[in-house]
Amino acid sequence: MITGLFWAFSGIAILAALLCITRKSPVASALWLVVTLFALAGDYVLLDAQFIAVLQVLVYAGAIMVLFLFVIMLLNLGRSGTRTDIKGWMGRVLAAALGTALVLELLPLRDLGPPEQIRIPAGTLATLAETKGAVGMIAEPLFKAYLVPFEITSLLLLAAVIGAVVLAKRKL
Amino acid sequence: MTPELKGEILLGLVKIVVVFGALQLIVMNIVWAERRVSAWMQDRLGPNRVGPQGLLQGVADGLKNMLKEETMPANAEKGLFVLAPALAFIPAMMTQAVIPFASPLPVRFDWTWPLVGRIAYDGAMPMVIADLPVGFLYILALTSLGVYGVVLAGWSSGSKYSLLGGLRSSAQLISYEIAAGMSLIAVMILSGNVSLTAIVAKQQESVWFVFALSISFVVFLVTAFAETNRLPFDMPETESELVAGYHAEYSSMKFLVFLVAEYANLFTASALMATLFFGGWDIPFTTWDQGAPTVLKSLVTLVLFLTKTLSFCFVFIWVRWTLPRFRFDQVMQLGWKFLLPLAIAYVMVIATSVYALDLAGVAFGARYGAILFALNVVILYLVFWLLDRGRLIRGARAGYRPAAVRSSP
Repeated sequence: MITGLFWAFSGIAILAALLCITRKSPVASALWLVVTLFALAGDYVLLDAQFIAVLQVLVYAGAIMVLFLFVIMLLNLGRSGTRTDIKGWMGRVLAAALGTALVLELLPLRDLGPPEQIRIPAGTLATLAETKGAVGMIAEPLFKAYLVPFEITSLLLLAAVIGAVVLAKRKL
Repeated sequence: MTPELKGEILLGLVKIVVVFGALQLIVMNIVWAERRVSAWMQDRLGPNRVGPQGLLQGVADGLKNMLKEETMPANAEKGLFVLAPALAFIPAMMTQAVIPFASPLPVRFDWTWPLVGRIAYDGAMPMVIADLPVGFLYILALTSLGVYGVVLAGWSSGSKYSLLGGLRSSAQLISYEIAAGMSLIAVMILSGNVSLTAIVAKQQESVWFVFALSISFVVFLVTAFAETNRLPFDMPETESELVAGYHAEYSSMKFLVFLVAEYANLFTASALMATLFFGGWDIPFTTWDQGAPTVLKSLVTLVLFLTKTLSFCFVFIWVRWTLPRFRFDQVMQLGWKFLLPLAIAYVMVIATSVYALDLAGVAFGARYGAILFALNVVILYLVFWLLDRGRLIRGARAGYRPAAVRSSP
């Protein structure tokens, strides 16, 4: 049953992603992207990562994609009948080549994991899920074992936010 | 499949049907209550002709809307125009699934049915459709999906008023979602869990979180008004500016579906406030309701839960006829410059004080709650008397123009 659900969710995700890049109307593309993100959230639930699944829906499907729609509507780009921006055969060949390269890169990554020294012991997450619940299970390793990577990531995000503000507002 | 699993599935289906049906009935009657209460506040009678006290007005309205002509604006994007009401309706209905509405009910049966086989259940049935491990985060996630219905309705109608309503709602709902989420982090810190059943149990142990986390409650109450598009924050549908905003072009059942979704959201927000801050189905000052489950306990706690929730529904209606509508820039200012910083600062205060109380060795209980309540009173005083003094929201002064207008040439 779990495998069946996995294939169903993954199939929906791939199908919606294909529709997302082939639709002419930007609004339709954005909505298919929402479907993709939602189906991925389903996959996360199957992996027993309910918290990540909810965050996926809350942040990506719920907030970020609404902002996408907001911008599309604000600039009034959404009307169908606008010109397609799918490029000619050169562009298609290049896109297909790049896509194949990406898939080939992903194949060796399947067997790779983080090195032994920075991995938390196997089974920790399962015990944490029992004692601390769905959120504590993420928070415990994130703020203890992986505190430094977490802080570095947040610094990176802060730098990106400041950069975006500086670029958008020339005169501060 | 074991007979017990079959029994659980059967009970789950029964709960889904009962809760969904009850929600429709409640929504119908909230609409009636809103019209009667607003009439009462304005010294009118309100609808009192269909049925006793006009109670069947909802049925009459529903029938009327089903028989009305469906209109399709010439400029509409047809597919999305039809899809939008469903996108608003489905999340509004689904959010109800994780809210526990009564104490566990003892259920016992052992039947043998044709086709199904032996089906049995014995024990206390939790009175919640699904006690998800992610708890209220599920509600936040689904509410954030509800925005699509409003935004797409506004955009696909092909009318300027609708488009403006949709744009406003996307901006407003995202802004207030962040503040709402931040205010609930304090609840998460104190209860140590996000599952609503666990949060109710935690409040039974000590005090209701409205005392321990008053600021969180105030912030969440204000954001709930904005999230449900209620006055004073009904920017997406301001009658005086946008005709009817995002649903201006909708008629008959499609319009009714928006209306039902809106009132279902109102009920869910009320139920969430009752559960997170007022103990859910907990009966105060007694531990009788936490003992071995009986049918009577389930009934009494259900009535208490509904009383708490419907009181919040009344507050929503009451505020609608008390406060005038905010200007859009004021709504944005309140959300980003006041509620969000307040919620973030409050998370830090609560985290620090919970840590300090743990260090001091105060056990979680009534005394713990009393200390936090005292802290909250001090912060409330600081925020509303020392900080505010009319500076948070600018009034409509003569000659005052919003910053955006002033800076443009």
